[in-house]
Amino acid sequence: MENRIYLDNAATSPLDPEVMEAMIPVMRDYYGNPSSTHAHGRKVKGMMEEARGSVAKLLGCSPAEIFFTSGGTEADNLALRSAVKDLGVKNIISSPIEHHAVLHTAEELAHKGMAELHLLPILPNGHVDMQALEQLLQTHKNCMVSLMHANNEVGNLLDMQRVAELCQKHQAYFHSDTVQTMGHYRFNLSELPVDFLAGAAHKFNGPKGVGFAFIRKGRKISPLITGGSQERELRGGTENIYGIIGLAKALEISYRDIDSKSAKISALKFLMLEKLKAEIPGVEFNGDAEGESLYTILSVSFPPNPIGPMLLFNLDLAGISASGGSACSSGSTVGSHVIQCLRPGTDRTTVRFSFGKFNTEEDILSTVAKLKEWYA
Amino acid sequence: MNLPIYLDNNATTPTDPRVVEAMIPYFTEFFGNAASRNHPFGWKAEEAVSYAREQIAALIGANEKEIIFTSGATESNNLALKGVYEMYAAKGNHFITVSTEHKAILDACKHLEKQGAEVTYLSVGEDGLLNVEQIAEAMKPDTVLVSVMYGNNELGVIQPIREIGALCKERGVLFHTDATQAVGKIPVDVMADHIDLMSFTAHKMYGPKGVGALYVRRKNPRVKVTAQLDGGGHERGMRSGTLNVTGIVGFGKACELCRLEMADEAKRLSALRDKLENALLTVEESYLNGNKANRLPHTTNISFKYVEGEGLMMGIKDIAVSSGSACTSASLEPSYVLKSLGLDDELAHSSLRFGLGRFTTEEEIDFTIKCVSDAVQRLRDMSPLWEMFKEGIDLKSIQWSEH
Repeated sequence: MENRIYLDNAATSPLDPEVMEAMIPVMRDYYGNPSSTHAHGRKVKGMMEEARGSVAKLLGCSPAEIFFTSGGTEADNLALRSAVKDLGVKNIISSPIEHHAVLHTAEELAHKGMAELHLLPILPNGHVDMQALEQLLQTHKNCMVSLMHANNEVGNLLDMQRVAELCQKHQAYFHSDTVQTMGHYRFNLSELPVDFLAGAAHKFNGPKGVGFAFIRKGRKISPLITGGSQERELRGGTENIYGIIGLAKALEISYRDIDSKSAKISALKFLMLEKLKAEIPGVEFNGDAEGESLYTILSVSFPPNPIGPMLLFNLDLAGISASGGSACSSGSTVGSHVIQCLRPGTDRTTVRFSFGKFNTEEDILSTVAKLKEWYA
Repeated sequence: MNLPIYLDNNATTPTDPRVVEAMIPYFTEFFGNAASRNHPFGWKAEEAVSYAREQIAALIGANEKEIIFTSGATESNNLALKGVYEMYAAKGNHFITVSTEHKAILDACKHLEKQGAEVTYLSVGEDGLLNVEQIAEAMKPDTVLVSVMYGNNELGVIQPIREIGALCKERGVLFHTDATQAVGKIPVDVMADHIDLMSFTAHKMYGPKGVGALYVRRKNPRVKVTAQLDGGGHERGMRSGTLNVTGIVGFGKACELCRLEMADEAKRLSALRDKLENALLTVEESYLNGNKANRLPHTTNISFKYVEGEGLMMGIKDIAVSSGSACTSASLEPSYVLKSLGLDDELAHSSLRFGLGRFTTEEEIDFTIKCVSDAVQRLRDMSPLWEMFKEGIDLKSIQWSEH
């Protein structure tokens, strides 16, 4: 994939070579089953627990609160489904612009009559209506709030501390899908009173097929996947050991380089934003791009133009990879539920550009130059 | 020869270097999300996933559209059982399974019982095998699913899958098999065996951990399961979550290697296994567990009477084996599989499961024979029970007093 510009890091990110170096020996030489009691098994069990310890230390929680999963979707499902099944949650408060891993799961639980689903109004700038949240919490008991830290399509950042404290005040559980922000922001879970978090390694330059759930101590839940006593009996199945080692390594690297990385990526985002404003008449940005927004995502709204419906296709021909929204639904004809919510019935064209640590200024300038050919 | 010798290939297998090689480009160059539909990073990933689907389908005689990727066999088993329970609730709530199944099946059944399912647990004969008649007798008008594992993980015995499949087809009952230990080791054909749903995983056949599949039949009948993980609607809506592209590529390659090499490898392994087994069965008071004829080529399970189990494991530290399933090996309970064959606790405790694999050599088998035989001898030399047995005292007749 030489000479292509990859601006779809929110879909998945390139594996860091350092992570690969950490994983390959595990695949080649440490092949035991962590549940086996012999030397091969004990060795990988030790490596796995070291990885768990490392993740916990970075996040400011206990290793006993980190549960490895097959990815972010499973971690989100685990939090929502078990909150309803095991913690007596009767009301799920969420938003219409959540990732489908949360939204569809919540809808499924509501459809089965296991909980009532309340979707918060979204303000024009893409943020959730906090007053509405507080009102719901005041009038409903047995609530779980599930709100993503950063929206995967438009990048809006949630004030997690504020939501967590509101939940605490009203004795509600708080789950946050942190798939887009894990590895991009520092979390200190000893001070942030959140109950559940979901993370996926492949969004922070780690491998696919592995993620984790943070489940705060004392939240007694039962597994979704039963069989075997792995993950402190919360998740049956032989552990994806090389993936777990890769996840921990990727998070360590993310934290190690977090200041320089965020400064660099953030500069790229604002470079693109300013350039687009200057070069393309009528360009707008979805969500709160210049305010409380994730530095890796810029959702651009292009004015109506004949090229619009074919814009992604043309970008691709020009060697630029971006997306219209979430990769999970990129083949669907329904369109993005997030953009539908923010700009109902719009005839404008949305492209999500998402940046990573391997992008350069050159990537941005070439992309804007190309867009200018079509729109200026 | 490197110590310790790995003879626990039923717990997990080393990743074949050829599989690792196949995976590496998908870690680095082709890192795309297979669901990204509008750029080549996504297409390249999707293409690799499709190719792997074909490689996997070819090994089991399926169509590639019938392969649903999961994180492993435990998840596949959960999806099959819980997914069928929800999807076919209108048809009935009765499941039939076997007491010697893997924990992933038994725990999922326990979970379903709490939800209102009725589960019949059939017992096996002394040789670990089920009789197809037992299933016919257990079937009721509201039976929805029969779940019987293909090859047992502890004994290696192969159940009469084809007969069970034919019976289920005739009665219009869905048939699921946990084929985790069998796929890639012996020929498995979902069409000939009349299998509707089948769980299997890469890491038991020299592929990577963290990826598995559920075969879901699409024709005669068209089978559906309710998703247990909701989200982006991947895998035809049955299993959401970004596909583990690298793992899937490795899984595909592992299946292809098994398909090409299985026949020769099975001969080589069964010869080595027989050598090991025959030698260990010459040790006095040692017994083979499970049917000898219908068995996976790489597995043997042997009990050594008058030897204390933990002592035996400690005595053969240079050999990595287990006394049962890895998933339950942390517990000190004797194997429930061996107990359901009628073994008492003591004999079940003093049993070893040997799982040979692609990288097992004859030299390692020779070393193992000597190591295990010596350890058994050494432990018995120190054992008063053995001495009494040799003196002809019937140990069962003795009344032990409490201290």
